[in-house]
Amino acid sequence: MVIFIYDKTFDGLLTAVFDAYSYKKFPDILLGEGETLPLFYDESFTVTTDSERSERVWKGLQKKLSVPALSQLTTCWLSELPEIDLLLFRYIRKTIDAPRSIELNFGDPDVLELSKVFKQVKNERLRVIQFLRFQKAADGTYFAALKPLYNVLSLVIPYLQDRFADQKWLLYDLKREYGYYYDLTTVTEVHFEQKEGHLLTGFLDESIMDQDEKLFQQLWQTYFKTIAIKERLNPKLHRQNLPARFWKYLTEKRG
Amino acid sequence: MDESVLNKLKILAESAKYDVSCASSGTSRSHKKGQIGSAEGWGICHSFAEDGRCISLLKIMLTNNCIYDCAYCINRRSNDLPRATFSVTELVNLTIEFYRRNYIEGLFLSSGVVRNPDYTMERLVRVVKDLRQVYKFNGYIHMKSIPGASQELVNEAGLYADRMSVNIEIPNEQSLQLLAPEKDFQSVFTPMRFIQQGMLQSAEDRKKYRHAPRFVPAGQSTQMIVGATPDKDKDILHLTSALYKRPSMKRVYYSGFVPVNAYDHRLPALKQPPLIRENRLYQADWLLRFYNFKVDEIVDDSYPDLDLEIDPKLAWALRHPEAFPIDVNRADYEMLLRVPGLGVKSAKMIVTARRYSRLGTAQLKQIGVVLKKAQYFITCHELPTKTVNELKPENVRRILTQRTNRKIDDGQLIIPFDFIN
Ligand code: SF4
Repeated sequence: MVIFIYDKTFDGLLTAVFDAYSYKKFPDILLGEGETLPLFYDESFTVTTDSERSERVWKGLQKKLSVPALSQLTTCWLSELPEIDLLLFRYIRKTIDAPRSIELNFGDPDVLELSKVFKQVKNERLRVIQFLRFQKAADGTYFAALKPLYNVLSLVIPYLQDRFADQKWLLYDLKREYGYYYDLTTVTEVHFEQKEGHLLTGFLDESIMDQDEKLFQQLWQTYFKTIAIKERLNPKLHRQNLPARFWKYLTEKRG
Repeated sequence: MDESVLNKLKILAESAKYDVSCASSGTSRSHKKGQIGSAEGWGICHSFAEDGRCISLLKIMLTNNCIYDCAYCINRRSNDLPRATFSVTELVNLTIEFYRRNYIEGLFLSSGVVRNPDYTMERLVRVVKDLRQVYKFNGYIHMKSIPGASQELVNEAGLYADRMSVNIEIPNEQSLQLLAPEKDFQSVFTPMRFIQQGMLQSAEDRKKYRHAPRFVPAGQSTQMIVGATPDKDKDILHLTSALYKRPSMKRVYYSGFVPVNAYDHRLPALKQPPLIRENRLYQADWLLRFYNFKVDEIVDDSYPDLDLEIDPKLAWALRHPEAFPIDVNRADYEMLLRVPGLGVKSAKMIVTARRYSRLGTAQLKQIGVVLKKAQYFITCHELPTKTVNELKPENVRRILTQRTNRKIDDGQLIIPFDFIN
């Protein structure tokens, strides 16, 4: 059994691919730095992330894969699933070894599996786009927070930039404790040392809300309740379309 | 903005909610630098109401006062219900503020008719014009065209709206006149024609001048109420199919009749809206639009109504066992689409996957094809050959409907997105 140890970054993974081909050894297990090694193994290598090497692997992939297939790799990485790195490693290796792109060969279990993960991450991105709710703060910034299943915030930013170009906003991931802030010109990734109430709860305290915020929340809650046709109530479909795990942060479900 | 708006919102959303069209798709009004809104890509559902339906647009009436007395409408003048009217500013503000909070994709604006059609239409136009010109709003706008409004006003509205609609409501002119004495087909088809003319004109102009303004880029839609009159599915679907022949008609919606005015004996007393029938009509509609079915293949004089027990594609297949089985390893994409249980996605997957290897049941399942219905209509590598021809259509039907009693109940409303498989 061969073990590679790397820094659990995407660049690190690509470097590991590069190293594997130079040593002609391929990992059965990928571990993060500091993770416990299994009791028995044959060899272990420590990968030092190197942007030049990772770049070369990426360039190689660009020659073999279509643009959507490439974005599938980076998107699946954001799933943070326990063995996603090993799956990606195998996929990349098959891509390098095959004479033509494997991306549509769904008979291959790795290709199929990766396409499933891809779908899940994309779904989560869509749900964040659907269900994120801004609250307006007194200083004019619009604040939204939620706990996405996967690390999809970065995938949501283009959507926000398109729509909300003339307002300041902060989209925050409560689980991973970081966010993106837009100041009317650029978007920056932000981390906060000190976490105030709303960075923990996801809700602005009334003392720092814009004066009309409460009213608009009430208006939206009223609208939500009114628009359902009583003769057609369908709690099952409602739940299926609007997963309960989002309810906590949905303005209309808090009314 | 103050609390009084809250009350108006309640009244005017209540009055608007029976219009079922909600989609915000089919346009490409892209964002502009430094402005608010974008209506690019597919319509997004920002929430789902407790009836399970998508909430994408702020669906609202400018006023629920109306001089007309349509029997099927909650807002008819003879109803005693709370009435309200938004000011243009209130409605514009509400739209913008909801949009800024990511509650909605845009606005779906309709109105009762006050004073006269042109007066009403003019107010509606002011709302959408302000949104576009004063607030530089690039989100989605769907606007109802008021029957009887002048062509000039329709032409102006079309410059700001992404989509416009005029509801037919009743698929047969006599029934329509019985229930809505102030309306006839003319009053519906005239504004539809105005919209179409506007679109064609703009397409012409844009050939000459690239920057000529666009006119309702997402086309027009309409709605028919199902189950308020004795009309057959055949009548409804023939009308639908004729409407889709017009280039501007993008969607026909079907709305299971909700007896809002139970006292009116011109209307049937239904215990529940006919949701299954509504769902079957949407499925038939999909067959027309995406599966290359002709309307006569779905309903005809021998089968004037859709089968409530099975979906229209399965119904067609059972009437035409001679067209099956289909070999999934060789059949054209078009033929794959005719197989019950195979949707557009599955058909595409099959075409792709069979380039790499011959497909058997295992491979089909692996790529996500559901064989429950399809198995009786296909052959593949090693599937046992118990197809519809050996089993006989009536038996396939029995097998496939055996357990569906329960299903019919909780299948209440399936949203017409991707349920035709
Ligand atoms: S004109 Fe429209 S709002 Fe007025 S009663 Fe008829 S359907 Fe209702």
